[in-house]
Amino acid sequence: MRFSEIKTHLSKFRVGIAGAGGLGSNCAVALARCGVGTLVITDFDIIEELNLNRQYYFTDQIGLMKTVALKENIAHINPEVFVIIHQMKLDRTNITEIFSGCNIIVEALDSSAMKEILIETVQIKMPGIPLIVGSGMAGWGKTNDIISRKIDDTLYVCGDEYSEISDDLPPIAPRVGIVASMQANIVIELLMNIK
Amino acid sequence: MKILLNNREEEFKEESITVNEMLILKKFSFKMRIIKINGTLISKEKYNTTFIHDGDDVQMLYLMSGG
Repeated sequence: MRFSEIKTHLSKFRVGIAGAGGLGSNCAVALARCGVGTLVITDFDIIEELNLNRQYYFTDQIGLMKTVALKENIAHINPEVFVIIHQMKLDRTNITEIFSGCNIIVEALDSSAMKEILIETVQIKMPGIPLIVGSGMAGWGKTNDIISRKIDDTLYVCGDEYSEISDDLPPIAPRVGIVASMQANIVIELLMNIK
Repeated sequence: MKILLNNREEEFKEESITVNEMLILKKFSFKMRIIKINGTLISKEKYNTTFIHDGDDVQMLYLMSGG
């Protein structure tokens, strides 16, 4: 299949991205490059200098809202993508409304507690919507410990499922980028399978 | 009973056990996880009251901070 056909097909779909940090910003950019029609991106944070070790932002964007900066960066890469942003913290009460109409949701949150809330809410309240989780990407090396795993038709996990971030094991570009790209790759695979 | 735990067969001498008992028996220590039994997500508050039976398909994934 030629890229023009792939792009036309992908333009019909809407993907939710919960979080615009290392996973979310890189995953969103990958999906935008492929031509996914609409991206719904949520985040409540501003860009700090330290974020630039892995997140898809630039030095002159430090201090901006991540959602606003990411929308701007996507517009530079592929202006055909429609980007909807929500500057808010996700909780059990707002998740279904924010992501309603999404064909797939990408979990790109920072804390494991927030990941749990998103997974429980989407799996219970949005049955049938595939959720692509990222878990275990801190540090460097151990490339082949990072895998993607299909739990069932509505739940996939990318990462090594054991590397927890800490002061001595920070998340940095390569492993975070691998996981973000794996998440994007599963999204594209699932969307391409929709007739 | 025999169950599938992350696609691997596991045997327990009990006829059925709660999710919590399974976590203790298997000495699983990570505190953040998602558990699905036969495709249904079991929320944490139900670990003490949800039973795993012979033939069940139990899927577990670990949640690590970082993103």
